[in-house]
Amino acid sequence: MTGLLAVVSAPDLLYARQQMALSLGWHIVIACTGMAFPFLVMYAEWKGQRTGDPVYTALARQWSKVLAVLFAIGAVSGTILSFEFGILWPRWMAAYGDVMGLPFAIEGFAFFTEAIFVGIYLYGWDRLPPKVHLWSGVPIGIAGVASAFFVVAANGFMNTPTGFRLVNGHVVDVHPWAALFNTSLWPEATHMILAAFIVTGYLVAMPHALALLRGNRERYRRIGFLIPFVVASAVVPLQIVAGDWAARHVAVHQPVKLAAMEGLERTERGAPIHIGGVFIDGRVRFGIKIPDGLSFLAFHRTNAVVTGLESVSPADRPPVNVVRTAFQVMVAIGTAMLGLGLWLLLAWRRQRDLPRSRWFYRAALVAGPAAVVALEAGWITTEVGRQPWIVYGVMRTRDAVSTASGLRFGYFLLLVVYAALTAAAVFVLRRLPRADVPHDDVPHDDVPYDGVRSDA
Amino acid sequence: MRLAPTVAVVMFVGVTLYALLAGADFGGGFWDLIAGGDERGAAPRDLIEHSVGPVWEANHVWLIFVLVVMWTGFPRAFAPIMSTLAVPLTLAAIGIILRGSGFAFRKASITLPTRRAFGAMFAASSVLTPFFLGSVVGGVASGRVPAVGTGSLLHSWLNPTSVLGGVLAVVVCAFLAAVYLAADAHHQGDEALTAYFRARAIASGVVAGVVAAVGIVVLHSDSRRLFAHLTGRAFPVLVASAVAGIATLMLLLRGRYSVARITAAAAVVSVVWGWAAGQYPYLIDGRLTISQAAGAHATLQALLGAVAAGIVVIGPALVWLLLLARRGDLQPSPTD
Repeated sequence: MTGLLAVVSAPDLLYARQQMALSLGWHIVIACTGMAFPFLVMYAEWKGQRTGDPVYTALARQWSKVLAVLFAIGAVSGTILSFEFGILWPRWMAAYGDVMGLPFAIEGFAFFTEAIFVGIYLYGWDRLPPKVHLWSGVPIGIAGVASAFFVVAANGFMNTPTGFRLVNGHVVDVHPWAALFNTSLWPEATHMILAAFIVTGYLVAMPHALALLRGNRERYRRIGFLIPFVVASAVVPLQIVAGDWAARHVAVHQPVKLAAMEGLERTERGAPIHIGGVFIDGRVRFGIKIPDGLSFLAFHRTNAVVTGLESVSPADRPPVNVVRTAFQVMVAIGTAMLGLGLWLLLAWRRQRDLPRSRWFYRAALVAGPAAVVALEAGWITTEVGRQPWIVYGVMRTRDAVSTASGLRFGYFLLLVVYAALTAAAVFVLRRLPRADVPHDDVPHDDVPYDGVRSDA
Repeated sequence: MRLAPTVAVVMFVGVTLYALLAGADFGGGFWDLIAGGDERGAAPRDLIEHSVGPVWEANHVWLIFVLVVMWTGFPRAFAPIMSTLAVPLTLAAIGIILRGSGFAFRKASITLPTRRAFGAMFAASSVLTPFFLGSVVGGVASGRVPAVGTGSLLHSWLNPTSVLGGVLAVVVCAFLAAVYLAADAHHQGDEALTAYFRARAIASGVVAGVVAAVGIVVLHSDSRRLFAHLTGRAFPVLVASAVAGIATLMLLLRGRYSVARITAAAAVVSVVWGWAAGQYPYLIDGRLTISQAAGAHATLQALLGAVAAGIVVIGPALVWLLLLARRGDLQPSPTD
């Protein structure tokens, strides 16, 4: 065993980064549902209580079963990240743990609040008074959003570190609150939280979009589709504004990241933007060029100066094509989603009803996974775009990684675990016992099927 | 007020609550694992599922609390501990994933084969996770983690003290869970289940006592410093633990379940604080003290402020959850 470990050269930077990417990239999707889903569930429950319409209540109950599964795997997949901070990046934590730890400590309490009220809400359906039950759900969503805010505060610190001074390589004069309220916090957190509502909305709408596509026009399906889909579609335009804010913030505070996002080699006045294409030998090829476009988007002035990659040495530049492709994918998906929302809006104004075209439901079906892709792409943009730094301009990722040998084995192991976890989660969610659906407007009083069925 | 020791106390309170609350959930998994076939094990498994279900996520957060307080308050201890003990920590992390998801998946499944598979996943990982976490404690308590950098990835946890820590953790979790479950069954008026868990509580209590006694011998040869302090200044705490443990067994025999809960918890609390007292003033025994590991003064202040504010916010909610769970208000109504 020791012989085997000795063969493996230390440190395994690439594997450590892959492991972090895997576990964060997995958790971020589930965390999004933790933020937005409780609000959808509660809206349905509230409507059900207010109107007495059993369709809403059936939806709320069905969704809360899904929420139970998602929250559990979100809780455990989030815990792994706190382990990995120390296992994979001990030198980062040793140097900056006390500078950037505060938001995580506060996030811990937000997560506590979520976990407490999830226990009450999910298990209290039958015995708590309806009003009390409804209200017990509210803290889940609020705390979920607060969690994201504080986690992003820590990520914002990594992008725009502040709240300390470096003297001879030592961190001194630590101001944890200043580190928490770093300049990236507001644009990044806003962008992240809005993304959660889009991702969750389109994902939750998916099974109902499928049913509608197959011609099932029950109210249960229509309402189950409309609530999350309308929320997601309404947030998309806001997200485009927030994205513009975030990008302009990057332009000022992390110019090299922006240069990588756009494939801009030289610092230019009136810099162009390219749609599509590949970055080869210092320029974008095969893309559609829009003169002055980048200057306009980044600074809202066509003659603004945009810093290029060449402003720093090649060793300090992120991998341009990864960052740029991710960014373009995110923007493209966001734009397409705007179109999808407009489609629904126009149909509704014309006929007071859902669109009739089957293509609309096909597109709505694709919107779920597409939103996840956009989420991951945006996250890759900001994380890979920060490289080679773990703390921008201050600490390199390779100086943060653990010197332990054999990190790759942990990565391989987790790869298997996450693959199995994903498969199991999909399996369980697809086979959730269906809610007792009241058929169209005729309410009936069957109790939900909740027994244990044996396949034997 | 000296900040660093205060933060250390806060962290150990977190460790204690994790041991008491999450420990019992892990112990529930242990009894689920050995509850036998589908029919024979159905009643105890139901009780376990109902007592673990609404609370395990909140109980689990205490672990995150401890980790976060450690890296914020004692970053220079967090780094070497986590990187040196990477192997058992990774295995514990995987155990945590499988335990939580297995439990949730089982609850969401309706067919017997899937329930069985996810149940096994939940139960097996409920045993492995405390074992690996206990072995981590053993590595720290026996000073096998260096003050700076990364120590031996294997010897740091494949050693007598770590094995002791792991076994003790599993047994103590099982003991706690059995006592709590006996009390729950008694509260519900189910005499058969009460007797079932009472027998298991007594058996695991005796085993825990034996493991602890053997442990003293192990520490004598493997962790001299810890042994000296445990038999020195921390001795009263250990005696308290033994007394509380024996009292629990007597109370169980007399059918006084709600008092037995308290003494069982007291026994576990004294084990944790005996360890803390044995190590003091070191966070990594013999290598890194609390003040050497501490982060910036301003951060410790902010951290304590955040913890105080956090307790004000979640304290009442947490009490409400635990009360509702004990009153049986967090279960499907019998008509379902």
